[in-house]
Amino acid sequence: MDSFVTQKLGRPVGLAAMIFSWGLVALLSTALFSFAFSQLHYGWNWEAIWQYRNKFLQGWLMTLAISAASLLVSLIIGLLAALARRSAFLPVRYSAVLYVEIVRGTPLLVQILILFYVVANAFGMENRYLVGVLALSLFAGAYLAEMIRSGIESIRDSQLESARAIGLTRGQTYHYVIFPQLVRQLAPPLTGQFASIIKDSSLLSIIAVSEFTLNAQEVNAFTYSTLESYLPLALGYLLLTLPISLLSRVMERRFHFAT
Amino acid sequence: MRLEFGAISKQFGNHQALCDVSLSVPEFQSLAIIGPSGGGKTTLLRIIAGLEIPESGHLSIDGQRVNFSEEFLLSHRRSIGTVFQAYNLFPHLTARENVILPLVKVHGRSTDEAHAVVEALFERFELSRHADQRPAELSGGQQQRVAIVRAIAIKPRFLIFDEPTSALDPEMTAEVLDFIAELRGEGRDLIIVTHNMGFAREVSDHCLFIAEGHVLEEGRSAELFSKPQHPQLVNFLAKVLRY
Repeated sequence: MDSFVTQKLGRPVGLAAMIFSWGLVALLSTALFSFAFSQLHYGWNWEAIWQYRNKFLQGWLMTLAISAASLLVSLIIGLLAALARRSAFLPVRYSAVLYVEIVRGTPLLVQILILFYVVANAFGMENRYLVGVLALSLFAGAYLAEMIRSGIESIRDSQLESARAIGLTRGQTYHYVIFPQLVRQLAPPLTGQFASIIKDSSLLSIIAVSEFTLNAQEVNAFTYSTLESYLPLALGYLLLTLPISLLSRVMERRFHFAT
Repeated sequence: MRLEFGAISKQFGNHQALCDVSLSVPEFQSLAIIGPSGGGKTTLLRIIAGLEIPESGHLSIDGQRVNFSEEFLLSHRRSIGTVFQAYNLFPHLTARENVILPLVKVHGRSTDEAHAVVEALFERFELSRHADQRPAELSGGQQQRVAIVRAIAIKPRFLIFDEPTSALDPEMTAEVLDFIAELRGEGRDLIIVTHNMGFAREVSDHCLFIAEGHVLEEGRSAELFSKPQHPQLVNFLAKVLRY
């Protein structure tokens, strides 16, 4: 029994204990859901759903594309906002503070609606996919800005001083000292952020962006098969987020070092 | 080596760190700079190291005038080995990589050459076991020894130590001071700011006592420590040597 208890997180776990424990967890959760579904008197209609498999696939691919684009744009926004927050010029610094606080303090749903129906409308932006990517990027960018800022600040002044003392130029200091540490620090939270963006993109269904969730909703409307529409939806998101969160954990272990 | 300060002043905000320091330090191999905290000794050391630019005055090292322009100071810093109190090493690089980085990127040595230099130095100073460890895996004393190896690997004109043991416990302090004494024994020129009077006395042949931005006393270490003249130095030594 002792081998199923780890005294300290991060200690290596025996293979047999790991397989057995995972098996136990899988068994219990399967039992729970089997029971729940068996109590349900529901006429399953998977054939109707199968006909719409291409719609699911298209939505899934659209979600992937929107999320990837948003990750890229949010990185740029996050980097700029992080630098702005460190700006010596107060109006620039305060704009960044305002942006970060407002975005992190309000629901994404509201942000999407205001951005699409008010802001984009006023500036004549009609492409809802573009607005969708922008909304997700602004949202994720605020979180990234804080991650990047704390990443930069965690590099001690003494290191910059060492870099000067050994005669590195400013460019070399960024190249060999600041940047590698920033990448190592940011890689795990960034992948986590990507998983969040994928899930958050489901909210774009409210401005009729034809992504995974909206397509599932439409299939449900066509077939009246609610569970059959939404179960593949959950599975589709897991298919994207699980590998990403695994990757994030691997990177965390790989890049871990104390400063 | 020789040093010559001509009316050097340096101010930080309202704090006058150095006031009009003029002094010619005759030929020495090892110079200790002592004095109370905040008295200006570290500022003087940093000006010599090319890390700080004085508001006015000039500095000559071995008769060569130091030009306080950024281009000159960059090459000046590259010719000196500087070791700070702590956190000298880059945490994302192993001990070996920390030493190799300036050799390859600043001094243009080939990677093979740099590896050979590091191998030899680590071997000699018993750091080979730690070559592939990151700073966080090393003790404070080991970190400082790697930092010193990084400083000597580039074959500097001279070495600068800014309170190299003040962040270490006594056992590690001895380990690092032994290392510095060994370097001096090899005939390397060095300048050290230290709070450790016993070590300053033993390792240096010349000494400066700095307080309130002025060099209040200077001379051969043997004399300065045994027959201090300035009342403030007498007072200072009495205080730091009491325990």
